[in-house]
Amino acid sequence: MNFKTARTGGLALLAIVIAAAPIGFSNSYYYDVGVNAMFNAIVCVGLNLLIGYAGQISLGHAGFFALGAYGSALMTTNYGIPPIGAMVLSAAVVGLLAFLVGRPILKLKGHYLAMATLGIGIIIHIVLKTESKITGGPDGMSVDNFSLLGVTVMGDRMWYWVAGGLLVLTVWLALNLIDSPVGRALRAVHGSEVGAEVVGVDTSSYKVLVFVVSAMFASVVGSLFAHKNGFITPDIGSFFHSVELVTMVVLGGMASVFGALIGAVILTLLPQVLAAVEQYEAMILGAIMMGTMIFMPKGLLPSIVASLKRRGAGK
Amino acid sequence: MSLLKVENLSKEFGGVHAVEDLTFSVEPGHIHSIIGPNGAGKTTLFNLITGVYTPSSGRVLFKDRLVSGLKPYELAAMGMSRTFQNLQIFFNMQAIENVMVGSHLHLNRGFLASFLRLPNVSRGDRECRKTCTELMEFVGLAKYLDADAASMPYGALKRLEIARALAAKPEILLLDEPAAGLNATESREIDEVIKRVAASGITVVLVEHDMKMVMGISDHITALDYGRKLAEGTPAEVRANPDVVKAYLGAHA
Repeated sequence: MNFKTARTGGLALLAIVIAAAPIGFSNSYYYDVGVNAMFNAIVCVGLNLLIGYAGQISLGHAGFFALGAYGSALMTTNYGIPPIGAMVLSAAVVGLLAFLVGRPILKLKGHYLAMATLGIGIIIHIVLKTESKITGGPDGMSVDNFSLLGVTVMGDRMWYWVAGGLLVLTVWLALNLIDSPVGRALRAVHGSEVGAEVVGVDTSSYKVLVFVVSAMFASVVGSLFAHKNGFITPDIGSFFHSVELVTMVVLGGMASVFGALIGAVILTLLPQVLAAVEQYEAMILGAIMMGTMIFMPKGLLPSIVASLKRRGAGK
Repeated sequence: MSLLKVENLSKEFGGVHAVEDLTFSVEPGHIHSIIGPNGAGKTTLFNLITGVYTPSSGRVLFKDRLVSGLKPYELAAMGMSRTFQNLQIFFNMQAIENVMVGSHLHLNRGFLASFLRLPNVSRGDRECRKTCTELMEFVGLAKYLDADAASMPYGALKRLEIARALAAKPEILLLDEPAAGLNATESREIDEVIKRVAASGITVVLVEHDMKMVMGISDHITALDYGRKLAEGTPAEVRANPDVVKAYLGAHA
C-alpha cells in the first residue's frame, strides 16, 4: 500500500468527518461531547507515539495533562499571563519535567517502567490535591476563557472547530513523524533496541524524546481543556484518567495513528451511550481492556485492516 | 596499519572467563574469520568489540582510537556495523524500512524537520529508499521489497540484517554466524554476498561454524577455545594446526 495516498486520504477523510458530524448534532451538548472526544484523541495520538510506536508505556500521562491544565489556570488567573503564553509555558515546563524524570526511568523496561510512570502520575495527583493554597485542593479552581488576538473562544460550537482543527494538525504531524528518519528510529527501538543501536540509533535519547513529546501533547490539551471547561479539579490527573488514556490507545490500535483516534472517540462516547449504568464505568473500561488484549491484541483498527487484507488476498 | 586491534581483552561473567587475554588485529580489506567450538567466546568477543558489553580488562582500538567503553551507536558513527546470530530484526516494520533504519546516521534526523516533513526530509527519504532498494537487491532480497519483515523466512532475514548493516556505510562489518540455520544452497548464496561486500572495500570480520565457508573465503583466521586464542594464520595454516584439530575433533582424533 502506498503510504503517501493513505496519509493524504486519511487526513482528508478525517477533515470531512469532523466537518460533517455537526449535521447530526441537535444541541450544544453534542458539540461538548465532540470536543471532549477530539481532545482525548489528540492526547492519545501523542501517547501512541510513545506506547504504540516506540514500545514504551506510561501510566502517568493524566498527570502531565493535569499539569498543563493547572499551569494555564494558575498563570492566567494569578499572573495575568495571556492564555496562549500560559499554554506554551506550561508545555515547556511539563516537557522539562518529563525530560528530567524520563532520563532515569526510561532505562527501565516493562513492569518497572509502568510502575515508575504510575508513581509520577500519582505524585502529581497528590500534589495538586494537597497544595490547596495554590490549586484550591480537591474543590478545584475556575479558569477564564481562552482568548487569542482579541478573539475569545467561547461556547461548545466554537471549541468544536478549534479542537477539530488541532486534531487534524496533530494527526498530520504524527503521520509525518512516523514516516521519517526519527519515526523509523522510534519504531526500531520497539523492534530491537540492540539492533537499532548498532546502526547508530541512540535509543535512550529517542525514548526520552518521545516521552517528552507525548507529555507536551497531553499538557497542551490539558491547558485547552481547562479553558474550555472553565473549571478543573485534581481528578483530571488521577490514575483512573491515565488508565483511560492507555485503554483508548490499546483499544483503537497501538502503532496506528487513526486507531488511537478511533479508540479515543469510542471511549469518550461510551459513557454517554451507557449513561444509565454510569456507576459501572470503571468495570466496563476494565472489561474492554481485557477483551481487547485477549481477542484483538493489536487493537480495533489494525485488526480490521488485517482481516480486510486477508479477505482481499483470498479472492 | 591494522583497522581493528584487540589487546589483552578479557570478559568475566561471575568468575567464568568468556574471553581471556585475547590479542589479535584485523587488517583493512581482509575477510577475517573467528572460529572455535560452541562456547569458545566468539559472540562475547563480538559484543565486546561492538560495545554491547564492556570489557573486564584489556582494550579495543578501532582506527587507532581507543573504543572500549563506547556505546554501539557511537561505534556505528565511527564506521562499525554488525549483524546478530540470534536475529535482531525490527519485526514491527517493513523489510525496506529495516534497511532504512540502517541509514539513520546519513539522514536528516532533526525532530522538527521530521515533524513538519520539510522538503529535505522527504527528499532524503526518497533517495534513502532508492539506495536501500539497491542494497536489498545486492543481498538478494529483490522479491521482498514490499514485504513486512514479520512475513519473511529465516534465511531472508539473515540477509536483511546484512543489508541493514550495509546501509550504515560501515568501514568494518562484523557478521555473527550469517550462515547458521541455513541450508547448503542458502549458505552458498550468503558466501557470495560476503565476497561481494569484501570486494566493495569493506573489511569483514566473520564468526562462523560452517568450516567449508570459512576456509573458502577467509584471508586470515583466529581460532578460539575457552575464550583464549588457540591458533592464528591463513586458512591453510590454521587447518594444519594440531591444537585446532584437537579442539574440533577431540583429543583422540
